[in-house]
Amino acid sequence: MKSGIDRREFLKLAGVGGVVFASGLSGFAHAAENKTVPEDFFFVQMSDTHWGFKDEKANADWSGTLKKAVASVNGLETPPDFIMFTGDLSHTTEDPKERRKRLGEFRGIISELKAKTIRFMPGEHDASLDNGEAFKELFGATHYTFDHKGVHFIVLDNVSDPSASIGESQLQWLGDDLKTRDKDAMIVVLTHRPLFDLYPQWDWATRDGAKAVELLMPYRHVTVFYGHIHQEHHHMTAHIPHHAAKGLMFPLPAPGSAPKRTPVPWDPAQPYKGLGFREVGTRIEKREYRIAEFPVTKG
Amino acid sequence: MKNSRHDLRILGAVIVLCFLGSIAVVALAEPADQVVKITAKMFEYSPNEIKLKKGVPAVLEFTSLDRLHGFSCPDFGIRTDIVPGKVNTVRFLPDKAGTFPFHCDIFCGEGHEDMSGKFIVEE
Repeated sequence: MKSGIDRREFLKLAGVGGVVFASGLSGFAHAAENKTVPEDFFFVQMSDTHWGFKDEKANADWSGTLKKAVASVNGLETPPDFIMFTGDLSHTTEDPKERRKRLGEFRGIISELKAKTIRFMPGEHDASLDNGEAFKELFGATHYTFDHKGVHFIVLDNVSDPSASIGESQLQWLGDDLKTRDKDAMIVVLTHRPLFDLYPQWDWATRDGAKAVELLMPYRHVTVFYGHIHQEHHHMTAHIPHHAAKGLMFPLPAPGSAPKRTPVPWDPAQPYKGLGFREVGTRIEKREYRIAEFPVTKG
Repeated sequence: MKNSRHDLRILGAVIVLCFLGSIAVVALAEPADQVVKITAKMFEYSPNEIKLKKGVPAVLEFTSLDRLHGFSCPDFGIRTDIVPGKVNTVRFLPDKAGTFPFHCDIFCGEGHEDMSGKFIVEE
């Protein structure tokens, strides 16, 4: 089956920049011989929409950016199999009623997405002040797994605990899930905060993220996609790549590049600069993912 | 009687030696800790700019005025929860000079990202 991937222009890099990561082929050769190779597919990662944020200095089109992104995703050449929102759907508020209102409005806007399957996880703005209570009411579980065309996806919650921890109970759950997987399985971890110490001085870390990485380490084909830092970023912990996505409300400075992690001011000359979403294409036979970054308003 | 006088002399000598010894111990002791009292509330520390002397142990005494906050200074590998209703203490040795940021590492609300400060450690 032709997946459409080859028709696209993907930037291919090895370790830095816009894209891609491959791991070995060993386990897959058997599957190919047995003609059980699952088909390639795309999914879209959207992140940090911060619905409820209304500071025009950081986003002069705070009410329209998400809607434009929805239109851009709907206009993709090949529709994604599913869309994953990696947290901070809403901007935080002390008022539980207002939190539910913002999450509800967010859900209303993204209901215009054509993709049949849309999955969610919370960010600390959605979940840290009520331990995920409102999120669960509107979107369901905060950590879960699913399988899609040969890839095992694990959604990890490192935000419902306000101390930015995954917690022993969830780590046990992760360990139990991984024990049932082949060491050659294709595993994608989706989470909000980085699992490694990207820049702890700005709280860009997960307190017990190293424990999760340790559990993942024996598996040869693990890739992590996350949000939280509102910019594209690529990092390796041994053989495991970690890819941060751009946000859809305001960009943040590069790690440690400014005294504080305050939003990058809106530039009227370059509206939506630093914002966007990404499409991830699986290349099952090569055990690699190709990442294409898109701006909010895709031409 | 003679024995008791002798005992008194020995006791006096012991006291004198102990006194001189304690002077010596004081002279060799580490400098006194630098104690800093810090209050935390949404979304600030007070003070948020703290000057410390390099090589002198520092004791930070945190009190929260509202809800649970955190304190983390990755450059010195120190952190604590700041639990309301008690003094939360962190002791560390500022063993390098420079400016080192600290921040709240427990999400505490809309201004959480602004809740930060810095140590200025001087030679």
